[in-house]
Amino acid sequence: MSAPQRKPSTDVQKDASMAKQKAMIDGNFDRLGNVKNTGEKVSYTFVPGNLNELIMCFDMVGNYPEINAIQNGLRKKSGGMIMEAEKWGHSEDVCTYVKADIGMMRKGNIGPTGQPIPEPDILMLSYTGCYTFLKWFELLRHDYKCETAMLHVPYTGDGVITKAMTDYVVKQLKEEVIPKYEKVSGVKFDIDRLRENLAHSAKAEDDFVWVLESAKNKPSPIDAYFGGIYYIGPIFTAFRGTDLAVDYYKTLRAEIEERIRKGQGPITPEGEMKNEKYRIVTEGPPNYTSMREFWKMFYDEGAVVVASTYTKVGGTYDFGFRHDPSRPLESLAEYCMHCYTNRNLPERTRMLETYINDYEADGLLINSIKSCNSFAAGELMMMREVEKRTGKPAAFVETDLVDPRYFSAANVKNRLESYFQMIDQKRRAGV
Amino acid sequence: MATREEITNRCQALYDDLDFTAARKWKDAEPGRHVIGYMPMYVPREIIHAAGMMPLGILGGGDQLEVIQGDAYYQSYICRIPRSTIELLLTDRLDFVDGMLFPSICDVIRNLSGMWKLLRPDVYAHYFDVPQNYMRDVGGEFYIHELNVLKEDLEKISGNKVTNEALKNSIELYNENRRLTRKLYKFRADYPWLAPSSEVYLINRAGMVIPVEDHNILITDYIDAAKQEDRPKRDNSRVVISGSFCEQPPINLIKSIEISGCYVVDDDYMLVNRWFAKPVPTDIDPMQALSYTFLEASVKMPSCFEPNEDIKGQFLVDLVRETNAEGVIFAAASFCDPALLERPILQDVLNQVDIPHISFKYAENTGQMQPIREQAGTFADSIKLWS
Repeated sequence: MSAPQRKPSTDVQKDASMAKQKAMIDGNFDRLGNVKNTGEKVSYTFVPGNLNELIMCFDMVGNYPEINAIQNGLRKKSGGMIMEAEKWGHSEDVCTYVKADIGMMRKGNIGPTGQPIPEPDILMLSYTGCYTFLKWFELLRHDYKCETAMLHVPYTGDGVITKAMTDYVVKQLKEEVIPKYEKVSGVKFDIDRLRENLAHSAKAEDDFVWVLESAKNKPSPIDAYFGGIYYIGPIFTAFRGTDLAVDYYKTLRAEIEERIRKGQGPITPEGEMKNEKYRIVTEGPPNYTSMREFWKMFYDEGAVVVASTYTKVGGTYDFGFRHDPSRPLESLAEYCMHCYTNRNLPERTRMLETYINDYEADGLLINSIKSCNSFAAGELMMMREVEKRTGKPAAFVETDLVDPRYFSAANVKNRLESYFQMIDQKRRAGV
Repeated sequence: MATREEITNRCQALYDDLDFTAARKWKDAEPGRHVIGYMPMYVPREIIHAAGMMPLGILGGGDQLEVIQGDAYYQSYICRIPRSTIELLLTDRLDFVDGMLFPSICDVIRNLSGMWKLLRPDVYAHYFDVPQNYMRDVGGEFYIHELNVLKEDLEKISGNKVTNEALKNSIELYNENRRLTRKLYKFRADYPWLAPSSEVYLINRAGMVIPVEDHNILITDYIDAAKQEDRPKRDNSRVVISGSFCEQPPINLIKSIEISGCYVVDDDYMLVNRWFAKPVPTDIDPMQALSYTFLEASVKMPSCFEPNEDIKGQFLVDLVRETNAEGVIFAAASFCDPALLERPILQDVLNQVDIPHISFKYAENTGQMQPIREQAGTFADSIKLWS
């Protein structure tokens, strides 16, 4: 029997690290909104396969259209933007990140924090694990008529990264990406500066992985999906390679160490989750337009997400990858190829199986996203495989990233409650 | 010589045959023969052929296949071709296939390669990446490596060494196939009433499931036979179809567009059979030849990045002008990311030069043709009345 649904409290409780993270993200929006005064050049790029350490070598400020869409989704602004794009002929069938971005542009390009998003000086099209990226920046380029650097990151279809694949990406960095950035920024590339940035990344990545793996504790001190979204913010975007990110992850780690010491569970918007009843692994992105409501369906039932694949879209660091200053360009290439959706389905399935076992999870929940084929196509197959290999129950819900039309709270809640009951039954049966 | 009707009847039978009997017969005719399946859009069929194997185009299950198991593997918002392909696999209709290639057309087909690996770990399944960087020393070099990997894999399956001589022979055969396909397209554009789109489609579709040598004869015979018939010329509008390069529309949809008053003078169905705008050279290293031709003479289509914004979409304007078309019908499969994401750019490019267009979506099992007939018919009338 599930607990009655309470209305979300209006007072949101946050860790100090969450406030710090918010200030960092907002700071980047401030920087973007102020380029008219500072004269900084603007580079647009995507989260998976982003080259933040490299872009910083050219003194440019990064804009992340996915982050804009997410932030607009969290603020319930994305729905109108998506419909605006559809009015301009974009199909209802395609990615809502793209449409939220195009719609924001058509409505005057005012960003989620109310500040203007400047036009790009360069579009860094890192084609990593998502076909839509390729079209997205072709669409933006069609409007902005700006320089575009294409980086084709080969998909690891056979589950391995070969030397030829790495060489190909490195060559593109040398012959396509770096020359274009030098031209647009007027700054000469300095590989030592890149090495320095990469060293910062590696430090932050160590602490980031420690944070993710802290969920192996019982109770888990973190929620690796809903909470994890906050944790990935700096390292997946404009801060990887900076002192700020190193400092943020150090702070976060200290905070979690303290929670482990006290035997505390994760912090939810309504305070500490005290009764860990279900340990869940999730596959797929979350829904952002009703995120708090979605999260509440978990913590009200005592469900904590101990590992998620979504927090690996910007790098699968927990499987060992670290940026390496001694091999700067090769390291960037390998980083891109290691991103979660650039891995083939057997590898993704193996990751889920590993998470279920290593984190002693009760089961797998897939949140299948209507507008993200990169994640979604094949998830039902993965679900069957993981169930078969682990013997743990799996469940499947469907929502969307930032399109509020595709979040049906009653359906999702009903499915989740049934799922938690299924876990109880399995436990009673001794499975 | 066979009549046009006899030729198209043969092609219709090949189209209807979801057990791929012709390919099975080819394989059974001699011991040691192998068949390699491939999904749309492009694979280097020359290498498969040079390994003594037969490339088999898998274009989904059409409107005659009842998809039961395949639907259990996909959400409602995924296109139909992967689910019907899974159905073909799970109902053993592809049990004779010795390997499958999944070109980099979109995330759905890409992920299908992984599903194949999980469902049939004993059968070769390979995601075939093509370069999105078109510099010879960058994308070209990477692609040569990918071609060699494929060659070595196919050598292992077939037991045959792929020699340069065999490759050159295969390149010549496929050059001829592409030349004849373009000739067929030109013939249809010049005399659309003699070569209806539904027939041209079936002729090309046959090329997916029979050996290239036979297909070359088939195209030649069809053009010769079609030329000799006197068929009534109608006052139809001339249109180009765009967006149907992967999941195929049912043949009745192709017929419906014509019945509604349109002569289809070009399309992007099965682009693999005319992927290169010029012959692959046979006087240089074959892998270099295939790689450089891919970089420099591939058709323009949404799965390939266009590095030059100035010419983005221009290919469609050029195609309309070359074929004296009067409009474009954007016909994309539902949930087809490449076609649907590309469409607003192409529409904008057409708007800038006042080329009229309409758009609709279909699935390979679309059964209701009346709305499409009405839409295409209205479009054809509007061109006649106001263009």
